[in-house]
Amino acid sequence: MDLHFGDSKPTDEERAAVDELLGPASTAWEGADDRTDTDLRWARGGREARERRDLLLPGLHAINDRIGWISEGALDYLCRRLTVPPAEAYGVATFYAMFAVKPRPAKVLHVCTDLACAAHGSGALCAALEERLGAAGSASGGVVWQSSPCLGLCERAPAALVIQAGAPSGAAPSRATPDAGSARDGAEPAPAPWGARPSWPAAADPAGPLRPAGAVNGAQDGGRPEGTPQEPAPRPYATAVIAPATAEALVLAAAEPQAAPPEPAAAMAVPQAGQPGLTLLRRVGVVDPYSLDDYRAHGGYTALRRAFDLGPAGVIREVTDSGLVGRGGAAFPTGRKWQATASQPAHPHYLVCNADESEPGTFKDRVVMEGDPYSLIESMTVAGYAVGASRGFLYLRGEYPRALRLLQNAIDQARARGLLGDDILGQGYSFDIEIRRGAGAYICGEETALFNSIEGYRGEPRSKPPFPVEKGLFGKPTTENNVETLINVLPILTEGGPAFKAIGTAQSTGPKLFCVSGNVERPGIYELPFGATLGELLDLAGPSPTMRAILLGGAAGGFVRPDELHIPLTFEGTRAAGTTLGSGVVLVLDDTVELPRILLRIAEFFRDESCGQCVPCRVGTVRQEEALHRIVDRTGAAAAGDIALLREVGQAMKDASICGLGQTAWNAIESAIDRLGAYK
Amino acid sequence: MTAIPLQLPRRLIEFTLDGQETRVPEGSTILDACRAAGKDIPTLCEGDTLTPKNACRVCVVEVEGARVLAPACSRKAEAGMTVSTDSERARHSRKIVLELLASSTDLSTTPRAAEWIKEYEAKPERFGEDAARLNEEPKVDNDLYVRDYDKCIQCYKCVDACGEQWQNSFAISVAGRGFDARISTEHDTPLTDSACVYCGNCIEVCPTGALSFKTEFDMREAGTWDESAQTETTTICAYCGVGCNLTLHVQENEIVKVTSPHDNPVTHGNLCIKGRFGFQHVQQR
Repeated sequence: MDLHFGDSKPTDEERAAVDELLGPASTAWEGADDRTDTDLRWARGGREARERRDLLLPGLHAINDRIGWISEGALDYLCRRLTVPPAEAYGVATFYAMFAVKPRPAKVLHVCTDLACAAHGSGALCAALEERLGAAGSASGGVVWQSSPCLGLCERAPAALVIQAGAPSGAAPSRATPDAGSARDGAEPAPAPWGARPSWPAAADPAGPLRPAGAVNGAQDGGRPEGTPQEPAPRPYATAVIAPATAEALVLAAAEPQAAPPEPAAAMAVPQAGQPGLTLLRRVGVVDPYSLDDYRAHGGYTALRRAFDLGPAGVIREVTDSGLVGRGGAAFPTGRKWQATASQPAHPHYLVCNADESEPGTFKDRVVMEGDPYSLIESMTVAGYAVGASRGFLYLRGEYPRALRLLQNAIDQARARGLLGDDILGQGYSFDIEIRRGAGAYICGEETALFNSIEGYRGEPRSKPPFPVEKGLFGKPTTENNVETLINVLPILTEGGPAFKAIGTAQSTGPKLFCVSGNVERPGIYELPFGATLGELLDLAGPSPTMRAILLGGAAGGFVRPDELHIPLTFEGTRAAGTTLGSGVVLVLDDTVELPRILLRIAEFFRDESCGQCVPCRVGTVRQEEALHRIVDRTGAAAAGDIALLREVGQAMKDASICGLGQTAWNAIESAIDRLGAYK
Repeated sequence: MTAIPLQLPRRLIEFTLDGQETRVPEGSTILDACRAAGKDIPTLCEGDTLTPKNACRVCVVEVEGARVLAPACSRKAEAGMTVSTDSERARHSRKIVLELLASSTDLSTTPRAAEWIKEYEAKPERFGEDAARLNEEPKVDNDLYVRDYDKCIQCYKCVDACGEQWQNSFAISVAGRGFDARISTEHDTPLTDSACVYCGNCIEVCPTGALSFKTEFDMREAGTWDESAQTETTTICAYCGVGCNLTLHVQENEIVKVTSPHDNPVTHGNLCIKGRFGFQHVQQR
């Protein structure tokens, strides 16, 4: 590959941001300023030069975090360092909503306009912001605000997230470069002319100074100091979550994100917190999410010990016996997936945790990760052990700053205590976890799109077959599980598969987390055994007396009527009722909400989030939105023509799209027309 | 000329194609089987020299027992599967895909598009006059070829031909997302500032005429492009010792375009800048 670069040069700040991740450039081929005689005599290339492609997304984050946008010079420099063609890197950078390739202010205010927030006045909020800060997308006073897809803060709607690029006052940006470089050299004693390919698992380098994750502002969380043994990393960017948001609060937070009031504890999103009988949520609000000791005092790491007693095959047997199926929405049997991966002859095997929770109305994974982060780390270790993986990737959505902070802390702590890294608990098993941040793309929650995203390509789904258990991440056998699926493994091991199977119904076993939001008195995450009815769940949350509709499963799910509260919340029960459980979203809309507007918002969501790869989804989602625009104020015969058109396009999207996004983009709208009688 | 690859004989697998028992070598796609059986399935993003991206979805067929339709171009035939290429569902999806493409993209130079639109009774105009279109202006930034992305269906063939599948230049990629995605150089710079080496192998694989020789583009603008008046002569490139085959498209005694036979076992339709564009000296009179 003969790369061609333009004349743009990175600024010192941009170069420092990249070097902090990758270490300083060692040769002129990589973009170092001084060309040496050695550089002229030989060049590097081939596989060694290209195999760091997976650091492209972290590299783009590093630039965007520090500068706020990705300039031509910065992108070129990153491409030189990683031997990536600039055109491809540009394609990747423009794929993600959180990156910009045009100059913009350092402070970006993301205002959620998705379903739960729309039901709680995000429209009025945006109108007020327009008055104070100007139109969306226009920069004023060092701030730009923009509407955002669901931020996963539905229990506190309407929600907003401020991201401020650049080191907040106090942190000296220049200190990073030499320190990071020397730390790298220490960690990798062999000559490392390629700079910073960190040895992995990074046992000798627990701080992981080359990894971008965790280097974020700790100003929130009620001032709790981070209990890391290392000195605090430099903070290239700051974030503030404002929910519920008012225009005043947002203007203040945008002016000074670090002074924003702390976020309430994650347990505030769990109305049942502390109640007896909980399984998945039993530690949320009870343990200190920063403390490994507290986690262990509450039963943590007993499942991993049990796993080591059982051996990998024994773990898979327990999980298979438990009847656990995936909680991300597809309900695939977890034991079968693990068995299929474990039995693949190709190596290495990988474990991927899908924490790219972006389905509108879904926030369960965030609450688990913020309230009980060690449980996910332990579950991933167990899963990695079962499928024979020594590396795990935790793909976390970019809009979850607090979860990132807590998980990075949990990984660091676990590594420092021998619960990650080489020879875990003296059992001869090595496993480590790396967090990869998403950058604002719903499609990356699709399992193969997520692989492409980690590998440094555009997050476009791959066609299946081959399936991930055969050819997944880096083309190797991979098990990918959702956060909630993974944490179910802990009670399966401690209580046993048969005991787990005894919970719930015959086909849907175990406990389930439900994300209740919208027009209810007590929105939040509820844990109920499978088999509870929709009505029983809503009784806990206190629904609006004037319920008009309930959306199950998020934007890709379906609506049901308030007279269908008898529907059992199981995979088979919702299927029998002609709807879906999806990711566990239960969004209540009352009669104050204009249904056509909500449907339009769903259509906009899919139009924005379509990756654009296949025609039915790329153009179909646009035509769907156009038709819903035309009939937003129409009913009956005036809407009939467009509804017929919607049905035809919807059927083709469902039948002919490559992945689940296009295949489900019409589901909720179809159910609103057929079940709720929208536009009648 | 047909390449005869030396390899072990492949096992035949048997499956049902439109009610007929069919035997194809293991590893064949459903499309291979259809073509062998003389069935005409529309394709756009499939190319004989490239691994299909299966992005256009115009070749979808119904596989019995599957929840969704399968792209014939890339789904391998499996023993015992039952495939219908002309079912109601498959025809419906093809029709809608053609309507979606035709309502957003200029398909005027896409071979066979008009024929398929007629065959599937597609009515792209029913999305209304306000239906969003690509609305791209032709990019004329060099003397050799033009990129008219208003005609682009984003089949990824040019990206694959430029990148890892043939040329390894990686001058272009898909940028943006969804309906706003476009084939683009880095930062949308002109080709002259990009990694493009003007091999024209992207033009060779473009299924819609979005990429075309400057000569063809200019003649189409002037209304003088007339394929029926053109002759095609395949000859050997005189520039170097490789001996690539060139097919010269000649109209009124002028070379207007150069292609290369895809079944050439060495070059598979690929050329370099000299073979592709270096023909002006022939017509210096």
